[in-house]
Amino acid sequence: MRWPPAPWGRKGRVLPILVLAACSGPQSMLDPAGGQAARIGVMGWILLAGCAFVYAVVLLWLLWALARRHRWVEPGGVLPPQAGVERRLTNGLVAWVVGTVLILFAFVAASYAVDKSLTHLANREEVVVEVEGKQWWWTVRYPDDDPSRSITTANEIHLPVGVPVRVKLKAADVIHSLWIPNLHGKMDLIPGRDNELFLTADREGIFRGQCAEFCGLQHAHMALDVIVHSRAAFDAWKEAQLAPAPAPADEALARGQALFLTSACTMCHGIRGTPASASVAPDLTHLASRRSIAAGALPYNRGNLAGWIADPQRIKPGNHMPLVGVPPSDLQALVAYLDSLK
Amino acid sequence: MGPRDGVSSSELRDGPSLGEEDTMRRLERTWGTPPGLWGWLTTVDHKRIGRRYIATGFVFFLVGGVLALLMRLQLAQPENTLVGPDRYNQLFSMHGTTMMFLFAVPIMEAMAVYLVPLMVGTRNIAFPRLNAFSYWVYLFGGVMIVVAFLMNTGPETGWFSYVPLAGPEYSPGKRTDFWAQMITFTEVAALAVAVEIIVTVFKMRAPGMGLNRVPLFVWSMLVTSFMVIFAMPAVMLASSFLIMDRLVSTQFFNPAEGGDPLLWQHLFWFFGHPEVYIIFLPALGMVSSIVAAMARRPVFGHVPMVLALVATAFLGFGLWVHHMFATGLPHLASGYFTAASMMIAIPSGIQIFCWIATLWDGRPQWTVPLLFVVGFVVIFVLGGLTGVMQASVPFDLQVHDSYFVVAHFHYVLIGGAVFPLFGAFYFWFPKITGRMLGERLGRWNFWLFFIGFNVAFFPMHLLGMMGMPRRVYTYPAELGWADLNLTATLGALLVAASVALFLVNVLVSLRAGRIAGPNPWNAGTLEWATASPPPSYNFAHIPVVEGLEPLWDKAGPLGMVHGLRVEEREVLLTTVLDAHPDLREPSPRSTIWPLLSALAVTVLFIGSIFTPWALVWGAVPLAVGLVGWFWPKRRHVPPEPVVES
Repeated sequence: MRWPPAPWGRKGRVLPILVLAACSGPQSMLDPAGGQAARIGVMGWILLAGCAFVYAVVLLWLLWALARRHRWVEPGGVLPPQAGVERRLTNGLVAWVVGTVLILFAFVAASYAVDKSLTHLANREEVVVEVEGKQWWWTVRYPDDDPSRSITTANEIHLPVGVPVRVKLKAADVIHSLWIPNLHGKMDLIPGRDNELFLTADREGIFRGQCAEFCGLQHAHMALDVIVHSRAAFDAWKEAQLAPAPAPADEALARGQALFLTSACTMCHGIRGTPASASVAPDLTHLASRRSIAAGALPYNRGNLAGWIADPQRIKPGNHMPLVGVPPSDLQALVAYLDSLK
Repeated sequence: MGPRDGVSSSELRDGPSLGEEDTMRRLERTWGTPPGLWGWLTTVDHKRIGRRYIATGFVFFLVGGVLALLMRLQLAQPENTLVGPDRYNQLFSMHGTTMMFLFAVPIMEAMAVYLVPLMVGTRNIAFPRLNAFSYWVYLFGGVMIVVAFLMNTGPETGWFSYVPLAGPEYSPGKRTDFWAQMITFTEVAALAVAVEIIVTVFKMRAPGMGLNRVPLFVWSMLVTSFMVIFAMPAVMLASSFLIMDRLVSTQFFNPAEGGDPLLWQHLFWFFGHPEVYIIFLPALGMVSSIVAAMARRPVFGHVPMVLALVATAFLGFGLWVHHMFATGLPHLASGYFTAASMMIAIPSGIQIFCWIATLWDGRPQWTVPLLFVVGFVVIFVLGGLTGVMQASVPFDLQVHDSYFVVAHFHYVLIGGAVFPLFGAFYFWFPKITGRMLGERLGRWNFWLFFIGFNVAFFPMHLLGMMGMPRRVYTYPAELGWADLNLTATLGALLVAASVALFLVNVLVSLRAGRIAGPNPWNAGTLEWATASPPPSYNFAHIPVVEGLEPLWDKAGPLGMVHGLRVEEREVLLTTVLDAHPDLREPSPRSTIWPLLSALAVTVLFIGSIFTPWALVWGAVPLAVGLVGWFWPKRRHVPPEPVVES
């Protein structure tokens, strides 16, 4: 079952509605970039059109009723209902109810049809991604039958364009909800339950997702980047992620690595290719390849990384990364090492 | 049924043989509340309790509004640091909790406590001591949660307190326990009022007011009260499970021990969705009263209106899962709830049609109450339509928990309940105080509210579609949400200015408002048949009702029944269907025991936040309170049938 492309979808073909034209963006349901979001978009326009019609009818009739002023009444007097008018109004009420039922029936039918087409898109998979929500970041895994070819990263989902993807959703602590508006609606991540979401991106680009279920102090800073690549670029990214962290290339980086491995960092973070193997906090093996740190709280760059390590509680109060207390002289070496983890 | 010869004064009845002046003097002595603080604490007069219930609810509205303003100021610009995440989470949790549990439901019930006995033509509400108890429990519960908030122990997990976030592991401390006990307080209060309203409506209507002549506001409160009785136990169960998980290590919601986080959501929303209608249906009743008076004709389609109320109540219990579409439920189940959620538009549509039809056929009088009703239609219909949109599962998956939903339910709740409520304030203020609220300030009040509301909440539809989730204390600048958020904040300030004007209007009008007289709007229902404000006994003689709008249906004065005792508090009970006079029933006098019992309950509830043993030792003072309350009084006057054989 194929759907026509959404009329507002691609850039340059935006509907001539000024307000909505301003609404495209990396985290907007008004700018679909995937089959699911496009279908839901169609549903949205059907609902909006029907509801706008009903709203217009109600307002027009209200205006008429208020402006009509057809019967005169003395102050304090009462207008007794007239049998003929009551009969006409009763007929009007019947028509009103019939009309309401018909419109609702159309809505329900359209909703079921769209739901069904979403189901058609589901249950086909070429790529599986496991997303686990934690307070307040996301673990992202690409499992493989061969464990050595499994990838673990954080706060970033990479997808190949045009390929159906099954996203398996789990929660480690409280309920979270994964929402990438450009690709699909949201689905909750619930402790003790396995949910899933099927995505098919139909254009390359960088999108943003965010936790949509209130999950505590830093719910506002629980975002992730979604990068849709060509198939080839996706495979290349995967290969790059499979590699262990590069060994330090010079003295300074070696010092940074030694600082990392001998500090409290290793209590929570892992870097493949080094003895650090904890998985409580985001995997840092390819930290410097990611677009942001602290689940979208800051764009990735050396300055932000240094600021984050120096005082994570100032940037994201309440998050679970403690103040490690790295002296300024060591901080530069540590950041330099982490920045080498491309 | 006149007074018999040679009877003691307790046997004196109203009637032709007792002069009008004498009757009223005696009734005032019998029904009046003693002066001073003692009278204030012991009164069981539904008007006094209703008044303070309304005032208290309005204070909580102001509290919730201030919290909302603080949130709007924080969100006015991206990456703002006015309040941090911990404070912000308490702000929105308290805002929702205050508005839903301490303002909206109680103030609707408060309006009923004041108005229903007057509208059905009786002297007091059924179970007046329970009524007093209900108010005190509500007051103490509300004060408790506000004090907890001011001591930085306010709820922090939203008005919905989803587990496991609200469970013992992720919300240590006492914050959520205070929230859960606040639920218990307010639900006890709400259930008590619901029972009173149902009994008042079924058994205490004036003779002749058969069920076919019950005013729409009374119908709406009757239906609402039944909804309260069926909905509130679910949330009390849920909050009790939660507090037990937190205090005594039960595992109702812990998946690791076989509990289920979704159980909470089902229980909460089985209450939470009907809650919306519990707030909304009374407002519909207010709209009907105002529309009839302002269109100068009875509301068109009385029977469809009543059926629509009842249908809404039934359907309202079959929709709760539409709050859970994103939890990954089976498609068949979600499909059912899509259809059910859309169906609720049918009874709502019927009512909208009937009101507009009434205005269309009548001659609208441009008063402030009518302005608020027109504002109600314009705003509420939009909110209802976005609700229909969200009934569609695929569409809901996008907008669920986004600002689109925030816009939707503020359109429904402010448009659907607060606008009618303000209309009702303007409409019934003269009845309650004897003075009119100022029309000129009233128009400013309305227009500022109407414009401010739309400026504040319409942009939120767009924000939601642009990806802004709910309950975030801040947002990054680069997502382009800043302008719309700033607009929303400015709108919120306009609304605040409007509410401030309303307060000014109330204060000015209380002193200098135009004297209202018994029926300033020339309306048709019974509350306008007595003085403004009504005397303590409501009616010198119980009126006889011969139609839907008794004051319109009869040119001359209303018929009346005689024979109720004037030296004892006595009310007339009538039959359920046709309101035939049935029994004369004693009605309680002022008493301190409801207050003492409420204090004992408060000690028990708050104590049990800290130790489960409070349930044991706290039961002792409560038992004392209840023994005092129910201690057999020496009755001079047993209830007796009206029709003497």
